[in-house]
Amino acid sequence: MPVRHPDPQLLEVITMKQSRIFTLMMLCPALLMVVGLFVIPLLSSVESAFAVGDRYGLDHFQKAAELYGRDILFTMGIVGLSALIIALLSITISGILTLSGNRRLVSLLSALYRWPLFIPFIVAAQCMRTFLAKNGLMNNALMSADLITPLQAVSFLDWSGIVFTFVWKQTAFATLMIAGAMAAMDKSHIQAASNLGAGRVRILFQIILPQVTGTVGVALILSIVTMLSVLSVPLMIGTGTPTMLTADMAFRISSYGDYGVANALGVISWLMVAGLAWYYLKQSMRNNTAGAHH
Amino acid sequence: MLVSTMDGRQMPARNLLARLLPGGIAGVILQGLLILVLALLIFGPLLNLILWAVAEVWYFPYKLPVTYGTKYWAQVFGPQSDAMASLSTSIIIALTTVVVCLLVSVPAGYALARRSLPARAFVMLLFLMPQAFPNLAVYINVARLFYDLGLNGTIAGVVLVHAVHGLVFSVWITVAAFSGVNEDLEKAARNLGASPLRTFFTITLPQALPGILAGCIFVFLESLDEFTGTFFVGAPDVITLPMLLYNASMEGNYQIASITALILLVPSVLFMLVVEKFMRPDTLARIGK
Repeated sequence: MPVRHPDPQLLEVITMKQSRIFTLMMLCPALLMVVGLFVIPLLSSVESAFAVGDRYGLDHFQKAAELYGRDILFTMGIVGLSALIIALLSITISGILTLSGNRRLVSLLSALYRWPLFIPFIVAAQCMRTFLAKNGLMNNALMSADLITPLQAVSFLDWSGIVFTFVWKQTAFATLMIAGAMAAMDKSHIQAASNLGAGRVRILFQIILPQVTGTVGVALILSIVTMLSVLSVPLMIGTGTPTMLTADMAFRISSYGDYGVANALGVISWLMVAGLAWYYLKQSMRNNTAGAHH
Repeated sequence: MLVSTMDGRQMPARNLLARLLPGGIAGVILQGLLILVLALLIFGPLLNLILWAVAEVWYFPYKLPVTYGTKYWAQVFGPQSDAMASLSTSIIIALTTVVVCLLVSVPAGYALARRSLPARAFVMLLFLMPQAFPNLAVYINVARLFYDLGLNGTIAGVVLVHAVHGLVFSVWITVAAFSGVNEDLEKAARNLGASPLRTFFTITLPQALPGILAGCIFVFLESLDEFTGTFFVGAPDVITLPMLLYNASMEGNYQIASITALILLVPSVLFMLVVEKFMRPDTLARIGK
């Protein structure tokens, strides 16, 4: 009796199926962690923000707007101002790193700007709590240098201190990303522009920046997300009212156990990021189609 | 190096770069000034922290500490101190978090690097999401979930919260590390009769190890420095170093807070200084792909 060989095609299908199942098994633990500890809490947060008794409504949002409307605007102002300063500083530093011909300056600057990169926010907050205080090192140094008189010394432990801390910490991160993108650029464009007589500032804004807008956008959005998540900085520096939404959420939970309003504030901070991400995607898509027409 | 100009002349590249600078000396002075201001603004707050760590007495209107000393260091590093207990809690949590992340991300990273997968981009994005979201509200709800499960205020609960946050580093960097492994070597080992498992442990894993280790350091630091998640899930039972720092600072005990902050600062600064040596450029270029 002839031996019946299994159909090779069928065999291949079976191996592929097994391989697919094996792949899923390797991914499963990691996926379960993200779903269980991020996706489900996220969905339950949204559910809790809209749940009023046994129906759904906007009651928590209304209460959040009444109690914390000023803080919502305050948060947007702080995050917006910080993002603007971070953008200006990181583009300037990256521009110098890319365009300066002075190698010693460049190596000094690149060794300098990244110091705050991995310093935790809570450590940065503790530094600023002393540095920016009315009798902190900054005012003392300015007084010793005769730049201000003792009467002019003021405490910066308010919105300006929060902005200072965010900028101090996040500029390193944004610069790392933007300078990296600039370093990866095709250098022939810069040379061509320079040959045509373009100055350094013009090259930065007209040749380099348009090619790295994507990276600038991502760096800023990630920085904004970070600033909207940090709890220690507003708690330790932004004493008094108004304060940031993260501090309000923590207060709502620890003092009242009020999950509805806390989660509504959470949804509001997500909407801020979502709006920004949507604007960024729309903008970059428009740029892409514009680029395709050229 | 010579570069061609538009009219075909050759000129040294250094001259070309020099032409980009405004006004030669004025430009250098301007850049030097910027670096000086930057240095003052970056190191000023750190200097203030160090001063507070070695100050025994410091009050208004003195611009510098009145008496220096290590009284508070003895307090922090004493055998019965809260700080030493917090340090060991923090290190136990960070190491456990690294182990948890390794256990789930090595297989996941290998699968994502090597095997064809539907919706691969979506899965990669999913691991990024915990970092790309304002996550305070997520922590609040994790805490509520953990309360029902009896995980609130436990080390295990804190580890899980830290691990899901560190997962993007370990998974993304592991994927990049595995993508960089030479597949021909694996095929050669298989042809010589090695089992798949043996091939993985003797050929694939050793080559991917530097990248995986870099991912581990990221996860370790992320866990060591984490505040918000521990604030909601761990407090008041699990006191990590950042929690201790926060409590000391809010009580106005700036010496203890500053010394604790210095303990947290050392690994962060060390890592900043060596990170480029640890991350091979080819691994770095593959991250997120």
